[in-house]
Amino acid sequence: MKRIVLAAAVMAACSSSVMAQESPTLKKIKETGSITLGHRESSIPFSYYDDKQQVIGYSHELMLKVVDAIKSELKLAKLDTKLMPVTSANRITLVQNGTVDIECGSTTNNTERQKQVAFSTSIFVIGTKLMTKKESGIKDFPDLAGKNVVTTAGTTSERLIRKMNEEKQLKMNIISAKDHGESFLTLETGRAVAFMMDDALLYGEMAKAKKPGDWAVVGTAQSKEAYGCMLRKEDPGFKKVVDAALTKALTSGDAEKIYAKWFMNPIPPKGLNLNMPLSDDMKALMKAPNDKAFE
Amino acid sequence: MSYQWNWGVFLQPSAAGDDTYLGWMFAGFKMTIALSLTAWVLALILGALVGVLRTVPNKTLAGIATAYVELFRNIPLLVQLFIWYFVLPELLPASIGDAYKQSNPVLQQFLASMVCLGLFTSARVAEQVRAGINSLPKGQKNAGLALGFTLPQTYRHVMLPMAFRLVVPPLTSEFLNIFKNSAVCSTIGLLELAAQGRQLVDYTAQPYESFIAVTLSYIIINVTVMTLMHKFEKRIAVPGYIGGK
Repeated sequence: MKRIVLAAAVMAACSSSVMAQESPTLKKIKETGSITLGHRESSIPFSYYDDKQQVIGYSHELMLKVVDAIKSELKLAKLDTKLMPVTSANRITLVQNGTVDIECGSTTNNTERQKQVAFSTSIFVIGTKLMTKKESGIKDFPDLAGKNVVTTAGTTSERLIRKMNEEKQLKMNIISAKDHGESFLTLETGRAVAFMMDDALLYGEMAKAKKPGDWAVVGTAQSKEAYGCMLRKEDPGFKKVVDAALTKALTSGDAEKIYAKWFMNPIPPKGLNLNMPLSDDMKALMKAPNDKAFE
Repeated sequence: MSYQWNWGVFLQPSAAGDDTYLGWMFAGFKMTIALSLTAWVLALILGALVGVLRTVPNKTLAGIATAYVELFRNIPLLVQLFIWYFVLPELLPASIGDAYKQSNPVLQQFLASMVCLGLFTSARVAEQVRAGINSLPKGQKNAGLALGFTLPQTYRHVMLPMAFRLVVPPLTSEFLNIFKNSAVCSTIGLLELAAQGRQLVDYTAQPYESFIAVTLSYIIINVTVMTLMHKFEKRIAVPGYIGGK
């Protein structure tokens, strides 16, 4: 009997000390000395290529903070970072199958996705709105009845607008473009009168436009969404490190500085200022970081 | 890896509330068939015409046909699709272009896809037809002309009936290709089979079920095409030539 108790005690002691190391992702990073980061190609200003094909953006800078934290957690002298571009359509699969270890871009944390992947502490809060030409006369969603509307495939906006179309019988023609750049092209070439997307991304597309002054972001926000970094499920050890790094960045004021850099100052590629002041939701997030989904 | 299999996902009502996810897949299936068949008709008609023109003695006509084949065969399909869908409407006069762009987007996507796939495949069909005509013994053409047929009559009554029967087996693979190539059209937002599969992934976060269903659907389409074409090949095979006995 004594022996069994002893064995159990030893096992418990072992497993608790192993627990900290028992993260498959951290183990892999330590063994290979490299981490693969998933980034977006045109999610301005979160994660995108600048004119020299370098990945930059708000989410990307926070991801690099996480990488630093992982490096010091594992006490590695050198940590190689590999960059892997992902799209709305393939990002979940690439995180699941181990191609990328962490993806910080513009990915909404929702309950459906939580079944397949884990989300870190939220890094951003947005509302879904419309971008339209200033002279189009469109002020809000009901004005879209019977018109062509574009949104990006695989986004929450696509889901919301299709549902709205069905429920309110607005008879909109909904075009699902493959990325935000193509959605904006569809809007700019007059194929659609409005582009529904997360407000921050709409401001981002506006910054890329030939004549940014022609466009406006309008409408009542249809939903609030929290962006988080995607991680593999069932790896609490890794999530803990990532969450700790992000929480530190959010509460220490680092995130606010990064926010000001990307949303309140001129940004590449055109040196345009998004002029998007810090929202109340963002202030709340910085005060009390959490990994809750809004829906 | 941690994956939650859920085959019941297909029977769930879709998030937009208009159908089940199985209904979405079926809509994509129908779109792929409709697109591929209409494009195939276009490809056969144009391909047969251009293929014949490539073999005529008239240098100008043959040259035009060669230019056509090289143009459509040497530009990547995706680039051609973007030109048809994004660039061409911009080249129209502004009023017509704007009216076209404001029309039903599904119609615009379908038209661009059909024309693009049809013309791309027609260049390949033309090459098969030309090869079929060139594979005939020279004597057949000479015999036709010697009997007092004009050149068009020789083509119509002597060479083409043979050549078209000879090229059916290689055309079968072009026919299969057009179904597979139609997946490219998902890039301009046309909701065909591949696009519906991708959409299912977005809405349900069940990528493996979705892609397996898409794969099976393509296999069903292509096995059906292969079986039908095999029967057709047997019926029209010329004794003594490829495929004949």
